[in-house]
Amino acid sequence: MNNQYANRYYIISGIFVLVVFVYLIRLFFMQIIDTSYKFSAENNSQRYVTLYPARGLIYDRHGKLIVSNQAAYDLMVNPQELRPFDTSTFCSILGITPDYVRLTIRKARNYSRYKSSPFLYQIPDSVYAAFQEQLYKFPGFYVQPRTLRHYERKIAAHFLGYVGEVDSSHIKNDPYYQMGDYIGMSGLEKAYEKELRGVKGVKIYLVDVHNRIKGSLANGRFDKPAIQGKNITSTIDADLQAYGEKLIKNFRGGIVAIEPSTGEILVLTSNPSYDPQMLIGRGRASNFVKLRDDPSNPLFNRALQSKNPPGSTFKLLNALVGLQTGAISPQSTFGCAMGYTAGPVHVGCHLHPTPLDLIGSIQYSCNAYYCNVFRRIIDNPKENDRFSAYQHWRELVMSFGLGKKIQTDLPHELGGNIPSLDYYNRIYRKSWNSITIISLSIGQGEIGITPLQLANMAATIANRGYYYIPHSVKLINGYDSIDNRFKQKQFTAFDSSYFEIIVEGMYRAVNGPGGGTALNGSVKGLDICGKTGTAQNPHGDDHSIFIAFAPRNNPKIAIAVYIENGGFGATIAVPIASLMIEKYLTDTITRPWYEEYLRTKTIIYPKN
Amino acid sequence: MRRNVNIWARVDWFTIIIYLIMVLMGWLNIYAAVYSEEHRSIFDWNMRYGKQLLWIGAALIIALVTLSIDTRAYSFFAYVIYALSLISLLLVLVFGKEVNGARAWFEIGQLRLQPTEFAKVATCLALAKYLSSYNVRPDKIKTWVIAGIIMFVPAALIVLQPDVGSVVVFAAFTLAFYREGFPGIILLFGFLLIFLSLIALIASPLTVLIIILLLAFAALFILRLRIAEVIIGIVGLIIGYFLTKLIATHILHLPNNSYLFLLISTITLGIITLINLAFKKIPYLFWIVLFTFLAIGFTYSVDYLFDNFLQTHQQQRINILLGKESDPKGAEYNVAQSKIAIGSGGLFGKGFLQGTQTKFNFVPEQSTDFIFCTVGEEWGFVGSLIVLGLFVILLLRILHLSELQRSAFSRIYGYGVAAILFMHMAINIGMTIGLLPVIGIPLPFFSYGGSSLWAFTLLLFIFLRLDASRLEVLR
Repeated sequence: MNNQYANRYYIISGIFVLVVFVYLIRLFFMQIIDTSYKFSAENNSQRYVTLYPARGLIYDRHGKLIVSNQAAYDLMVNPQELRPFDTSTFCSILGITPDYVRLTIRKARNYSRYKSSPFLYQIPDSVYAAFQEQLYKFPGFYVQPRTLRHYERKIAAHFLGYVGEVDSSHIKNDPYYQMGDYIGMSGLEKAYEKELRGVKGVKIYLVDVHNRIKGSLANGRFDKPAIQGKNITSTIDADLQAYGEKLIKNFRGGIVAIEPSTGEILVLTSNPSYDPQMLIGRGRASNFVKLRDDPSNPLFNRALQSKNPPGSTFKLLNALVGLQTGAISPQSTFGCAMGYTAGPVHVGCHLHPTPLDLIGSIQYSCNAYYCNVFRRIIDNPKENDRFSAYQHWRELVMSFGLGKKIQTDLPHELGGNIPSLDYYNRIYRKSWNSITIISLSIGQGEIGITPLQLANMAATIANRGYYYIPHSVKLINGYDSIDNRFKQKQFTAFDSSYFEIIVEGMYRAVNGPGGGTALNGSVKGLDICGKTGTAQNPHGDDHSIFIAFAPRNNPKIAIAVYIENGGFGATIAVPIASLMIEKYLTDTITRPWYEEYLRTKTIIYPKN
Repeated sequence: MRRNVNIWARVDWFTIIIYLIMVLMGWLNIYAAVYSEEHRSIFDWNMRYGKQLLWIGAALIIALVTLSIDTRAYSFFAYVIYALSLISLLLVLVFGKEVNGARAWFEIGQLRLQPTEFAKVATCLALAKYLSSYNVRPDKIKTWVIAGIIMFVPAALIVLQPDVGSVVVFAAFTLAFYREGFPGIILLFGFLLIFLSLIALIASPLTVLIIILLLAFAALFILRLRIAEVIIGIVGLIIGYFLTKLIATHILHLPNNSYLFLLISTITLGIITLINLAFKKIPYLFWIVLFTFLAIGFTYSVDYLFDNFLQTHQQQRINILLGKESDPKGAEYNVAQSKIAIGSGGLFGKGFLQGTQTKFNFVPEQSTDFIFCTVGEEWGFVGSLIVLGLFVILLLRILHLSELQRSAFSRIYGYGVAAILFMHMAINIGMTIGLLPVIGIPLPFFSYGGSSLWAFTLLLFIFLRLDASRLEVLR
C-alpha cells in the first residue's frame, strides 16, 4: 500500500524545492539586480540636517561695520517626544500665551507626529539664555540655531535691502534654495545674494522610524561644514548717509550722492524710510505688513524708482544739445519778458537781468532762453525735418544714461522716460511742432528721471562728459572683484569742451557774482557748482530739486536732492545738498542754522 | 531503560543540528531587530532577545521531554490531545486576552500562550492516527469526510478568534492526504481552490463565470478529445443566454444583467446535461458539470466570505497585494518597508547590527512576522540563500525520514510536520518579499515568541521521537 504511492514523495519534494527556488529568484532580483531598494533605504534612514552659514558682513567705504549677524534660535517641537509640562512657566519665559502653545502644538501634530515643526521663530538671545536653563523641563522642545541680520546703525534701509524667507518661485529658479532658507529680497542683500549667502553645509544623521536621531553617518565622514558668506565693503559713507537721512527726515524724496571719479554711490536715501531692524526677527511679518500698508509707503525706494520731471536741472542738457548740434553758441543771447510767448503757448519766467547769454541763462535759470534754445534745436535747418531733429535730441539726451536703466548693481532700478518720437507722433497724429512740446525745454512734460539718474547727470557734468555706472560695492572679501562694467568710462555724445561753459554757469548759480538761483548753497572755498530745479506736478506744490558737485575742479562728490512738494529748488534741496557737500568735504558744519531750519521745516503731504 | 539509553543513538542528529542552527540564527536576528545601544546585555529580560533566550531554554527542555516519552504514547493519546486542544480553543474564546483584535491568547502572568499553535500539533497527530487506522481506505468518500472534519473543527474555532491567517496553514494537510493515496485530483483541487479564490477576489462575477466555463470546456476537450461536444456546449450556452435575455427583458421587463443571464443559462444547460446522462452514459461529463457548479458556488462564497468575515485590515492587505488598493502609509506600508529592508541588503548584506531599516524599526512586527527582513538586510542574498537552504534541507530530510517509517502513523505524521513547516515558511517569506498577501503567521524557529517556538519544537521532536523508534514499532 505504501509503495503504490511512494512516487508521490518526489512530487511533494518537487513542490517544496520549486517554491524555494521561485523565492530565491525573487530574492536575487530584489537584492542584487534591483538597486532602487537601496535608495529607498537611505531615504528612510538618513536625515540631512542643513547647517546654515552666517551671511557675509557689510562695511561702509571706510571699513565701518554696518550690517553684522546675531544669533537667533528657532524653538522646534517634536510632538511625539512631548510630555506634560508646566505651561505657565513656559509661557512666562517665552512671553507667549497658553492659547498660542495649544494652537501651535496642535498644528505641529497635524503636520507630523514624528517630525519636528517650528514652534517659535527667532527667539532673542536674552530669552534664549533664560530658556536654555529650563529646557530640560520641557521634553520635546529643542533649539535650532540660525543667524539673523543685525544692523549696527539704523540707516540705509533701502540701500541695504532686507532678507526674507524664500518662496516657491525662488526654489524653482535656483535649486540651491530649500524651504526655510533666507534670501536677499532687495537692495544690496539681493544684488550680492550669491556672495553674501555663503554655502550651506550638511550633517547626515541616522534616524529611526520615529525620526529620532541615532547617530551620525560614518562618523561624519560625509558631512560638509557651512562656509560663511563673503564680506562686502560697500561704497556708501555711513556717516554721510546718516546725516542725509537726518536732513531729509521731514520730507518725502531722495538724496543720491556719487563719487564722480569712480561712480561709487556715497549716499542713497529715500524718505519715508524705516529702521532696517524692523524686518528681521519675530516681528518681521507683522512689521512688513505694517510698512506695506503705510500710506506714506516707506518701502518704496524713491532714489531708484520715483520718476519725476527734472525741472530746470534739465536745462543743462538742452544747453549741451544746443551747443553740440550748433543750434546755439555760448554767445547766443535771448531776451525774456517774464516768460516766453509763441502763438497760444506762454511759458512764464521770473524776474532776472535780460537779455542773457548761455552762462547767464544757467545762472538765473531763464525759462524763455531755453524755449528759444529748444525751438532752435527742433527747427534746426541742418536737420531734415523736426522728426529727425527730435530723434537727434533724444539720442543726445539719452547718452546721459536717461530714459533707460542705468544698469547699476542695485535691483529694482527704473529707467525713467524720455518720450520717443513714436509717442508724440501717436498722440499728436504727427501734427506737432517745437511749440507743441515746448515744456521739454525746461524739463517738464512727459520726462521722467530718477534721483539716481539726476545724481549721475551731476557726476557726468563734473567729469566733463563721461560717467562710471553708479554702483554700490567697492570690495568683496577684501578684493576688488566688482563687475567690469563699473570700471569702464561711459562717454556721452557731447564734446568735453562744451562742459566748461555749463560748469561755469553752475558755478555762478551758486556763487554769483550778481545773482543766482542757488546762492544760499554757497560755501566759501568749496567751489560748489549746482543747478536748481522746480518741477510742476499734479500732486500739489512743486518738487524742489538740486543737483550739484564740488569742488569745481577735480570734483569729489556729485549729488542730487529731490524733495517732493518742497517748492523752489532753493527752498529745501539746496540747503540739504550744500550741507551734505560741506560735511563730506570738510567734515564740519559751519551753518548750524540750516540744520535747524530743515529740522523745523514741515510740508503737509497729501494723504494718498 | 534500554530504550532511554538508545534514544540518543537512534535519534536523527542531522535534523537536530539543523534545528539548533535555525534557532540560533533566529535568536541572532531577533537580537539585531530589537537591538539598541542602551540595552546590550543579551540577558536583559526586558528585551525580546533576553526573553527569547528563556523561550529557547524552555524549548530545549520541551525537546528533551518529548524525546523521553514512550513513542507509543503519541499515537495512543492522539485523540485525547486533539480533544484537549479543541477545549483550549473553546476556552480561549471565552477567557482569552484580546491582542490586535483577536482573542487568541491565554495570559498567565508574564507568559502568553497561543493555543492555535499547539492545535496544529494536535490536529496533525489526530489525522495521522485516523488515517493510519487499519480500516481506513483513501479511496472512500467517508475517509475524506472524516479527515476533512478533523481538519475543519479546529480551523473553524480559530476563525472565530478571528485569526484567518492561521487557518490557511490547515490546508497544508492536503499534502499529507495526497501522499496517503487520496486521488491526485486533490492537489489539482488545492491549486484550483487557490486560483479560483484569487480570481474571485480580483475579477467581476461575470469574468469569473466565463473563466470557470472556459476551464470546464477545456477539461471536457482534454478528457474527451471530441470537438463536437465542446461546440454543442458553447452553442447551447449562447442560445440559452440570448433566450434568457429575451424573456427577462421583453416579457418580465427585468433590468439587463449579463451575469444573471449567463448564470441561468449555465445552470439550465448543466441540468439538461445531467438529465441526459441518466439515459446515456458519457464518461467524465458528470464530474465536469459537478466541478462547474462547485466552482461557481465556491467563488461566490469566497466573495461573500471576503466581504463578511475577513476583518478590514485583512481585506486591505489582500486588496493591496491584488493591486486593488494603494495606501503607502497604511497596510501596504509593512510590505513596502519589508521589501526595502530586504532589497537593500545586496549580496552580502550590511552586516550584523548594521541594518539601518532593522535597527531603526522601519519594519513593523520585525522580530515576529517580519524577522526575515533582518536576515535579508543584514546578511544579504547569501543569508537568504542559507535560510531558505536550511528550510529545504530540513523539509526534504523530514520527507526522507517519513518514507523510512514502517508505521503509517509515523509516516503520515511526518508528512504533516513537513507540510505545516512548509506552509509557514512559504507564506511568511512569501509575504515579506511581496509575493503573497500579508498573513500574520510566524517563520518557524526564527520568529520571536514562546508559543510558536514551543509548538514547532514539539511538532518536530514528536516526529524525531517516532523516527528514533521506527525499527521497534510496526503499526
